[in-house]
Amino acid sequence: MPRRGWAGALAAVALVTAVGGCSLGTGSTGAPGPSGTTGASPSGGGTAAASRAAYRCGPGRTEVLVAAHDSFSLSPELLAAFTAATGCTATVLKSGDAGALTNKLVLTKASPIADAVFGIDNTFAGRAVGAGLLAPYAAPLPAGAAPHALPGAGAAVLTPVDYGDVCVNIDTAWFAAKKINPPVTLEDLLAPQYRDLFVTPGASTSSPGFAFLLATIGKYGPDGWADYWKKLRANGVKVVAGWEDAYTVDFTASGKGTRPIVLSYASSPPFTIPKGGSTPTTAALLDTCFRQVEYAGVLAGAKNPDGAKAFVDFLLSAPVQQAIPDSMYMFPVDSSIPLPKDWAAWAKVAPKPFDVPAAQIEANRDGWLRQWTDLTSG
Amino acid sequence: MGEHRPAVTTRDDRRPAGSPVRPILALVAAAALPLAFLVVFFVLPVAGMLQLGFWPDQRSGGGPDLSGFAEVLGRARTQRIIGFTVATAAAAAGLTVLLGVPAAYTLYRLALPGRAVLRALVTVPFVLPTVVVGVMFRSLLAEGGPLGWLGLDGSPVAILAAFVFFNTAVVVRTVGVRWESLDHRAEQAAAALGASPWTVFRTVTLPALGPAVWSAASVVFLFCATAFGVVLVLGGLRYGTVETEIYLLTTTLLDLRGAAVLSVLQFVAVVAMLAVTAAIQRRSAPGTRRPAGHPSVLPVTRAAIPALAVTALVVLLVLVPVGSLVLGSLRRGSEWTLANYTALAGASPAAGLVAPVWSAVETSLRVAVDATVLAVTLGLLVSVVVTRRPRSASGTRALQVLDGAFMLPLGISAVTVGFGFLVTLDRPPLDLRSSPILVPIAQAMVALPLVVRTLAPVLHGIDDRQRQAAATLGASPWQALLAVDAPAIRRPLLAATGFALAVSLGEFGATSFLVRPDRQTLPVVVYQLVGRPGAENFGTGLAAAVVLAVLTSVAMAVVERLRVSSVGAF
Repeated sequence: MPRRGWAGALAAVALVTAVGGCSLGTGSTGAPGPSGTTGASPSGGGTAAASRAAYRCGPGRTEVLVAAHDSFSLSPELLAAFTAATGCTATVLKSGDAGALTNKLVLTKASPIADAVFGIDNTFAGRAVGAGLLAPYAAPLPAGAAPHALPGAGAAVLTPVDYGDVCVNIDTAWFAAKKINPPVTLEDLLAPQYRDLFVTPGASTSSPGFAFLLATIGKYGPDGWADYWKKLRANGVKVVAGWEDAYTVDFTASGKGTRPIVLSYASSPPFTIPKGGSTPTTAALLDTCFRQVEYAGVLAGAKNPDGAKAFVDFLLSAPVQQAIPDSMYMFPVDSSIPLPKDWAAWAKVAPKPFDVPAAQIEANRDGWLRQWTDLTSG
Repeated sequence: MGEHRPAVTTRDDRRPAGSPVRPILALVAAAALPLAFLVVFFVLPVAGMLQLGFWPDQRSGGGPDLSGFAEVLGRARTQRIIGFTVATAAAAAGLTVLLGVPAAYTLYRLALPGRAVLRALVTVPFVLPTVVVGVMFRSLLAEGGPLGWLGLDGSPVAILAAFVFFNTAVVVRTVGVRWESLDHRAEQAAAALGASPWTVFRTVTLPALGPAVWSAASVVFLFCATAFGVVLVLGGLRYGTVETEIYLLTTTLLDLRGAAVLSVLQFVAVVAMLAVTAAIQRRSAPGTRRPAGHPSVLPVTRAAIPALAVTALVVLLVLVPVGSLVLGSLRRGSEWTLANYTALAGASPAAGLVAPVWSAVETSLRVAVDATVLAVTLGLLVSVVVTRRPRSASGTRALQVLDGAFMLPLGISAVTVGFGFLVTLDRPPLDLRSSPILVPIAQAMVALPLVVRTLAPVLHGIDDRQRQAAATLGASPWQALLAVDAPAIRRPLLAATGFALAVSLGEFGATSFLVRPDRQTLPVVVYQLVGRPGAENFGTGLAAAVVLAVLTSVAMAVVERLRVSSVGAF
């Protein structure tokens, strides 16, 4: 075996090591904002955030760690505006969906992984509040946000940031082509003409799926929902694991699916406007909805509580509220914010979504999920 | 085993073999780094979660509570899940052997044109992100899909098909490598004595292949019993495995006791599997190995038609889902377009990503390089240590245990490890919970066993007498290591580097359970794109998945060119 070959191999491994060394170096510095974006974006964002900046980061502690769910997404420009206005640099840590995020925070309560949290929703708020993982801080609410606040003790620790309605969606084009009247209510889904037409993500594996279970509990009550699901199952409902599965594989509007009724969001229809067209080919049934509200708060034991408060305030500032529909597919809680054009025309808000109080959800989640799982499997 | 030379030794290197203390010290020193890594980033996190499950009142002075075992194992749901896990994993192991052994024959024994390409092809699924494969399998099998008429959607058969898709490569490579290395003169002798080809296979070849087949089957069983993403997507919720149940109990119900019971069960099962595999491998007779030289191949004849047919089936099983992924990435709604690929370069807000998808490629490559450096460095140390040949029985046993210990991460729930990081690595000097370095560490933990399985057999195959000869000629143990071991391991080391890189690039499970800084790896980005509304996002997600598949395939093709047979074999 020639020595030269070994030297080559060693060099290759060394090269990999060198590259690795550097990437470890840059990887650990944390700040995600690409350099150079700071100056490029005054665009009103900075000043608006600045005018609200009641809290600032002191010279010693400028990094604020934000635990967020996986769908969190704000542009580097907005985060740079936050830094300009408050002196804080936000580092966002994505921690799974709302459930995984909340549970991680509960488990690490004794030494929190972050200063602020965004993404605990009303289905997990009861657990977060009950576990005492949040420090008292309620940001001043913008216009129209008050109805989204939690009742009772929750309002003092969690601030509503955005909301969205989880609703049954229908492929209007499919129903028009088949000349069948589309369903309107939850009760309609039990009718024989809709047999084998409905697909929903499961309550145990998907957060919109769980929201739909809550809609049925809100409608039929703790004693009646199981009966509804038995009938739903008898009428051929298909339960899949995730939203992406239901919507992109089984739903007819995706092109290949065979089921024209799907569980999704009230904000989904604008995404089905065909190229060159002006009307969506789907619609949300606004009498079938459960409202998810997402909250932000300051974690108890935060190392940088002022920075955390500044970040919660920042989430309610006009530029962030305005960015929420396009970046996170939710409605801003600030009712004075104009919605994007397609949303204003096609993404409706349910007038009277079904409601299950957060405390009741927390007390019964386990039992409901186990019972639901037994009803839909086997 | 005759005399023993220390692998790594102290300054007093001209001593003849004999002083038992120093070599042991040197071995312990070489093992210390990887062991520390295993303890800190695997044993501690898992122990932390188990402690929370069984000993919730520790802070208030309560004792451990083991009553959970009876309660959780007594649940009808738990029993159903355990039964389903064992049944599907066993069926998958059986099926992959039935398909993989003929394919191993075709791809390793026959002079088939293009077999190097085919070998690389069947390995590709092994490094694809499971969630994407799950969605693609579903779009093939769902009611409206091209294979919808089979009525398999949401059935256990779909899960089985995916298991076979992912794991056939394990059998093909493990058995193929062994087959190639057999001393074929025994077969020739039997044939010359009048045995039919089938009799030769049954009485000569199969017994020699037995250990490799068992070993591969048990590893496939292990992978399938702990599969997560693919079961979640394809199981349609009717069917859950122990792994998906741990996920559900931990992330939704926060039932840590239930999760801990199932984790212990998983652990016991994995240890049992590893023990069985090790016992079988120990019985494999080294005397049947072919003498060094180029592997002999057989001409393709009519008798090979059944094996060729099975191989074609295996290739088809790989090509159909991969092909549908590629076709899907070229469509948006009902139109054919390259728009999904051009969208990779943009950071349009409608795509929901603040940075271009290409930047995720860069992040992925950086993270994978870090993970590869870690995995290869530690894997090399582990391999050197576990292939030494101590004279004492206790030393041999210690090395076997060490060898097995580094296989454990393959079989333990990623959810448990991910949450365990959070509850144990929470104080200085190891407050790493929100550090970006955890992502490459988690990926290295996944790649490390595969690196060891690539390097250890090569080192093990070196005749110790070569080292002794070097020593007799006056070489220090270091010089012997460089002169004997180093040349032999040059290519395998490169191959293991490529394999680790490919595995890290495609890693999704462990990464997704961590707390991650806002720079995502490609598999996570793919998952997020596929999970957002709009045909544009779905298409872009598929295009990103194709890019990922190309990257991992290129890495695997390079590995294949190095012709290191132990890569991906067990």
